[in-house]
Amino acid sequence: MKFTCLSKGGGFHFPPCHMLNVSGFRILLDCPLDLSSLAIFSPVPVVLEAHESLDSESVRKRQKIEKTLDANDLVRAEPWYKTVKKLHLWDASFIDVVLISSPMGMLGLPFLTLSKDFSAKIYVTEATARIGQLMMEDLVSMHMELKQFYGPEDASFPQWMKWEDLEVLHSELKKIALGKDCEELGAWMPLYSAVDVKDCMKKVQTLKYAEEACYNGTLIIKAFSSGLEIGTCNWTINGPKRNIAYISSSIFVSTHAMDFDFLGLRGNDLIIYSDFSSLDTTENMKNDDTCFDPVTCTSSNVSDDVNNLEERAASLLKDDESREEMEKLAFICTCAFDSVRAGGSVLVPIDRLGIVLCLLEQMSLLLESSSLKVPIYIISSVAEELLAFTNIIPEWLCKQRQEKLFSSEPLFAHIKLIKEGKIHLFPAVHSIELLTNWQEPCIVFCPHWSLRLGPVVHLLRYWCSDPNSLLILESGVDANLALLPFKPMEMKVLQCSFLSGISLQKVQPLLKTLQPKLLLLPKELRCKIKIPEANMIFRYSENETLRIPSSKESTEIDIETDLASKFRWKLLKQETIMRLGGELVMDQGKHRLISGFRPADSKQQRSLLHWGSPDLKGLLTELSKMGITGTVKKVADDAEPENADSIIDIVGPEKALIAVRETGTVIIAANENLASHIFKAIDIVLDGI
Amino acid sequence: MFIPVDLKQTVQVDKDLQIRAYYAGHVIGAAMFYAKVGDAAMVYTGDYNMTPDRHLGAAQIDRLQLDLLITESTYATTVRDSRYGREREFLKAVHNCVAAGGKVLIPTFALGRAQELCILLEDYWERMNLKVPIYFSAGLTIQANMYYKMLINWTSQKIKETYATHNAFDFKNVRNFDRSLINAPGPCVLFATPGMIVGGFSLEVFMQWAPSENNLVTLPGYCVAGTIGHKLMSGKPTKIDLDKDTQIDVRCQIHQLSFSPHTDAKGIMDLVKFLSPKHAILVHGEKPKMATLKERIQSELGIRCYFPANNETVTIPLTQYVKADASNTFIRSCLNPNFKFSTCSSVDNSYLDSNESKAVSRLSVSDDRVSEGILVVGKGKKAKVIHQDELLNTFGEKKHEIQFAYCFPMHMTRTEDIPSASDLLRGLEKCTLISRLSTILSNELSGGNILDLGEQLQVESFRVSVCSSDNCPHRLSGSFQNNSELVFFCCCWSVADEKLAWKIISIMKGSTLQTT
Repeated sequence: MKFTCLSKGGGFHFPPCHMLNVSGFRILLDCPLDLSSLAIFSPVPVVLEAHESLDSESVRKRQKIEKTLDANDLVRAEPWYKTVKKLHLWDASFIDVVLISSPMGMLGLPFLTLSKDFSAKIYVTEATARIGQLMMEDLVSMHMELKQFYGPEDASFPQWMKWEDLEVLHSELKKIALGKDCEELGAWMPLYSAVDVKDCMKKVQTLKYAEEACYNGTLIIKAFSSGLEIGTCNWTINGPKRNIAYISSSIFVSTHAMDFDFLGLRGNDLIIYSDFSSLDTTENMKNDDTCFDPVTCTSSNVSDDVNNLEERAASLLKDDESREEMEKLAFICTCAFDSVRAGGSVLVPIDRLGIVLCLLEQMSLLLESSSLKVPIYIISSVAEELLAFTNIIPEWLCKQRQEKLFSSEPLFAHIKLIKEGKIHLFPAVHSIELLTNWQEPCIVFCPHWSLRLGPVVHLLRYWCSDPNSLLILESGVDANLALLPFKPMEMKVLQCSFLSGISLQKVQPLLKTLQPKLLLLPKELRCKIKIPEANMIFRYSENETLRIPSSKESTEIDIETDLASKFRWKLLKQETIMRLGGELVMDQGKHRLISGFRPADSKQQRSLLHWGSPDLKGLLTELSKMGITGTVKKVADDAEPENADSIIDIVGPEKALIAVRETGTVIIAANENLASHIFKAIDIVLDGI
Repeated sequence: MFIPVDLKQTVQVDKDLQIRAYYAGHVIGAAMFYAKVGDAAMVYTGDYNMTPDRHLGAAQIDRLQLDLLITESTYATTVRDSRYGREREFLKAVHNCVAAGGKVLIPTFALGRAQELCILLEDYWERMNLKVPIYFSAGLTIQANMYYKMLINWTSQKIKETYATHNAFDFKNVRNFDRSLINAPGPCVLFATPGMIVGGFSLEVFMQWAPSENNLVTLPGYCVAGTIGHKLMSGKPTKIDLDKDTQIDVRCQIHQLSFSPHTDAKGIMDLVKFLSPKHAILVHGEKPKMATLKERIQSELGIRCYFPANNETVTIPLTQYVKADASNTFIRSCLNPNFKFSTCSSVDNSYLDSNESKAVSRLSVSDDRVSEGILVVGKGKKAKVIHQDELLNTFGEKKHEIQFAYCFPMHMTRTEDIPSASDLLRGLEKCTLISRLSTILSNELSGGNILDLGEQLQVESFRVSVCSSDNCPHRLSGSFQNNSELVFFCCCWSVADEKLAWKIISIMKGSTLQTT
């Protein structure tokens, strides 16, 4: 087995990407896009501004000395999109399987499916596929606005990517465009089209949680809920030689999505741990000593029986993290509420479906209790479909939401709120419904979190000078760079971090619960977790291929009982041996020996492999039983046993010779029948199979 | 306490038992269950439907390897015609009634049927631009529809595709019914609980509406004996005694719905054929019909079939496997093709009608990869499969190879007479002889891969070379004259290619080498 980390990603919106070689198959884990790098582009410029800049831009740029970054430094061109750079070094046609763990891990998929000769099987959970498709379609439609602004671009290589332009790019932007080692320019791609997205979706095979997908009869692939978002998953890959679990960013208890599934991940010998989220947030946790305390981790020396396992899993699930998250949401709601009460509007460019759904519920509860009549707008080309979708997927939601189904209440409150006219959905900022319904102050949810695309650009321009208005941003976004085109900002900004993975303290209890024999861990994480059984850990880092030696010397096979009963057995040194027959097939990841279609060959009645040395007297007796007579002509000297060479001269019924040596016997006969009889006689006196 | 399972989700119930649900298409939530313990697997299915209807899809299941299939057989011998005809009849009856100003009563139970019929009516109303109100009685309200709206994933493909813009269970023409509307003038359609008119609201409405010949009552395909529904279906009563004191005048029209979300005989046969289990058990249905179906399954599909009576136990043998560890060498050798070609002649029967049977020789290809494997079973040890090459090493035995050899002369003619035999036996000449032999063999021997190795010819394990030694140990007698017309060939082969070897020898003996 071989494992290569292609990218460790960055945050919730850019999950990691790996390549795995197992049982001769090449598996790509996720195919994301780095949308944070959109920050180097300018959002749709205000028309006047564009005119003025076109004349002076090039001059200004060349004369520029390194100064603080301002909005004019941003690249004014139709944006390109940054993919995982190392993925381009692999031939797409050699990939056999693609596993997608989250909608975010899917955004780069059309680039892959576009490439000629791409023929891999793509497995995605049903919910991820749907949400991912909507996200891609939204991205394409938001991009359209910029495309229309800049007009058709003929060059396959845009101006901004030429060296002379890159040279004068501000160092901060250059770092994003080229990467740290100046080698990431090749990762930029022009966006796919709506048709490409459709084609991509046709190649996707959707799965339910815990549904068995059998690839090529060899690998059994299953998705288990990771709790991060609706439809996100961890994977298990069971091959004939190894059982692998892949853990992506996970949340044990979710406020909306189905909880993390421990039971499914249990009993795998190898775990690939790929949750980098705790690395993103270590700054905040530096003071928190508990996670570095080895005592807390090793003290619980529990026996390994299943009950304990389940108890331990339950204790991980029983947790206050989700309560903390709810408190965070409540805080956001009160901030928003204060803002609208003061007459300012609230702009929420957060693209995390779960967070948005929960915020909608809490926000409207708060507004209802206050008799303040403030409308909530959701502006997105896919909002209607996305919100309708969330109400028909009870299978993918957490227990509390499923309970709602059983008492026949809507899964999320937004359905009711839309009907009551408290939430309004609009496909775009320029839609007529929006213009006729618009009321301020209001609360607006819209894409895109990068602040470069979509309705947020226009609304931010509109409100950025209003000190009463509030912008709510996710942490992880470089706020300084993101807000650059909107400066000077009078608007209040609230930046908050949301839980997006397993916290550091929980990594160890989790691993203890799952008890893998081997563990693949990011290098950066290795030094932060104390694991006593150090020999079972492989550390991986970006662009390094790890070879994991096979643990099993042999492979298990199943032999059909009725076939096995047909084998003729022999005894060899107190063990029973028999020659196999039938056909070996691979089915559901298992080698299986079944009786084939062909009847057993007649020649198989005889042994094909012999050992020991024949007893000459016994051989003569056997021969004479068959009516073959002969004499031992020459016996070699007993003093030299290694040259022991005897010849049996057969005289009747026909002439033949048998030359017997220590290592072998040669039958010399002119007659097929006679030769075959002699063989039978030797077969009897020798051990063979 | 119950645990919800999703379709196709594989649930490991305990160490041994694994279950999985498949879509049955009977009502929303109906499932067939696959269960597996060790190597034994079975599917149990209650009611299912193999043809999609207005709101549900057809049953869906993977091709599984099963020891047993247990299936319902309510309609063991019925074969139903197309759904659309029956739907049209229903719609026509309803339309005629409301067009004449009549009222339609559709008694149903809360889930399933009502929604299906309602989708049908909604669709028709839209198409025909009808404005006649459709009512749901209190028991059937939006509550039940709410489930349907959330469980879109259990419905038919068509409904699934349109949910975002219009949820099919958001009925536009449907209103809630009020008692005061029973005798309101004008036509209407009313869905009322319970079905079969066993009492309650549907009975109350029935009593009011039955006396008018303008009105219509639809009944499901099956009504329990003793219910009013059953009485209406059997014959055409004009009066129904409700109890001692009450008698209902029945003058209204009766329409019997003949579509039921059960599979018919064809559906059952389709499922059994698709799954091809080793055994099948029929449950639910009438004995004689089940017997007929059992016979069909056994004769047409060759699957053992049973239909046990209540409390009867059926014992079924299960597939079992012997577990063994296979060595890597064995697995690797099995991954490589091991093709053997041989020709076998057979009589082609297709020429029989022309009174002429023709012998055709077919090339048969065998690819036996397994027979090089040896199963080793030791006391108290797990069985192990190894490659034959590994066997002797494992046991510390020495291999004893048995080979066949034969050195014999072959006739040769030459057009030019100068070179003597000794000249011929020089290296270069040997090669010429071998290549001539190769030509002969490839003409005569169909199949078999002939390798010309210069001074040697090889077919599988059979090797032949020109023998220049007069004392070759593989010659049986020196009785052959040192004739320049004869050249000796020394052959050797192993037992696996015995047949082939003798065939080659007989070809060689029967031919003459031509040399220039």
